[in-house]
Amino acid sequence: MKIQVIEEKCQGHNRCFVVAPDLFELDDYGYAHATNGGQVPPGEEEKARLAIENCPENAIIVIEE
Amino acid sequence: MVAEKTPPAPPPERAPVTDWKTDYEIFDAGYIKDPFPVWDEIRSSECPVAHSDRHLGSWMPTRYEDLFAIAQDIQHFSSRDVLVAPFGVEQGYEPEEGQEFAEVAAPPITADPPLHTWTRKLLLPPFSMKSVAKWEQLTRDHCNDLIDAFIEKGECDGAIEYAQQIPPYVIAAMLGVEKGMVPTFTEWVREVLEQGFANPEAAAQARIQMLTFLWGHIQDRRANPGDDLISYLAQAEVDGAPIPDQHILGTGFLIVVAGIDTTWSSIGSALWHLAQNPADRQHIIDHPEMVNTAIEELLRAYSPVTMARYVAEDVDYKGCPMKEGERVVMNFPAANRDPEKFPDADKVVIDRAKNPHIAFGAGIHRCAGSNLARMEMRVSVQEFLRRIPDFELADPENVTWAGGQVRGPRSMRVKFPAGGKA
Repeated sequence: MKIQVIEEKCQGHNRCFVVAPDLFELDDYGYAHATNGGQVPPGEEEKARLAIENCPENAIIVIEE
Repeated sequence: MVAEKTPPAPPPERAPVTDWKTDYEIFDAGYIKDPFPVWDEIRSSECPVAHSDRHLGSWMPTRYEDLFAIAQDIQHFSSRDVLVAPFGVEQGYEPEEGQEFAEVAAPPITADPPLHTWTRKLLLPPFSMKSVAKWEQLTRDHCNDLIDAFIEKGECDGAIEYAQQIPPYVIAAMLGVEKGMVPTFTEWVREVLEQGFANPEAAAQARIQMLTFLWGHIQDRRANPGDDLISYLAQAEVDGAPIPDQHILGTGFLIVVAGIDTTWSSIGSALWHLAQNPADRQHIIDHPEMVNTAIEELLRAYSPVTMARYVAEDVDYKGCPMKEGERVVMNFPAANRDPEKFPDADKVVIDRAKNPHIAFGAGIHRCAGSNLARMEMRVSVQEFLRRIPDFELADPENVTWAGGQVRGPRSMRVKFPAGGKA
């Protein structure tokens, strides 16, 4: 599974980082970026989906199932 | 510090509301206490964007989809005026000509791009999750000091003696001003926002006192910089130039006004809910690892903040002819109870996993202090439950609420088995 944070949509709610701290990192302004080039390690898919579902800006997308 | 006061004005006489869909009154006492049935009525009607001629006219969306869309459309919906009603119109109040600090705005909350862009960028780093974590221990210690003051009595006012004491203490510490200012901050914020719509003269006075106070601190930090938030703003540069005092003043004003009664309202509402729901208390106690999930659900169900937007150009929004200069009441709390978006929207589901609520707004004006608010809420709930796991409302009928712009309990007697000081 591969995910991406759409930069123009992220407003720094930080919800993804709280539910999946291994899959996202925050910059100094609080904007989120996917770690590991967006590659979700096996077993972490559920957390990735939780992050997607909790983003109020719909800023996280799955680019590869 | 605080000059003589204008006594609070009695609430203005208003015609009773006959139809909430076409004549809503956001300052109605019954609505403030229990707004949920009104939102459901409007939301499920053929026109989920209500209109009212009161307070010079406004529109009020109630569906998640509409609130989200309007928050994103900054071309038509400006933030130049974010108050839910114009100040002083009902009282015929007009500010004196040339009033001190009249031109001070509160960027970035009152700004549109391009001013919004750099003023927000300036504010985000000190309110990031990492920066806010530095204030967690101070917050936790303060919560325990507050609890020590009433735990032996077996009762307290959860709003006045607890919730309301936490945010002004943290904000004062962050700004690097003396702790003794906490009661004054509280008073100013209540006068400016909570009571301002009913008493615009006192609000204007409080605003001037607050700005005068901040002005003095800005001058002081220019000369003697420290590691506080005012020093950070005073030392920051944009495009190689220092930030004008006037701007720091506006942003400082925003930090005080927006960082205090919003968060104490959410802490108060959380305690109000937990006092009446032992199973939810137990859930948080038994599952400390799920505290963030619980806090998000309390934020969704009892979102404190309603903002406004100013219609910048005529627009037809889903058949609503919105005219330039009209106000849109951004009812984020109603959006968060939309059953189309949230199953069992009217219930607190304390372990709700899917919860993309917009209690902090959406789009470019997402609350810059959301990380701070969440930290204060989590710590205050954790410490209260740790020390007082079993509590209930002593007098449920006499809980008083404030509302309009910021909704939350203002007095709330709570009783519990007496405990010992830490």
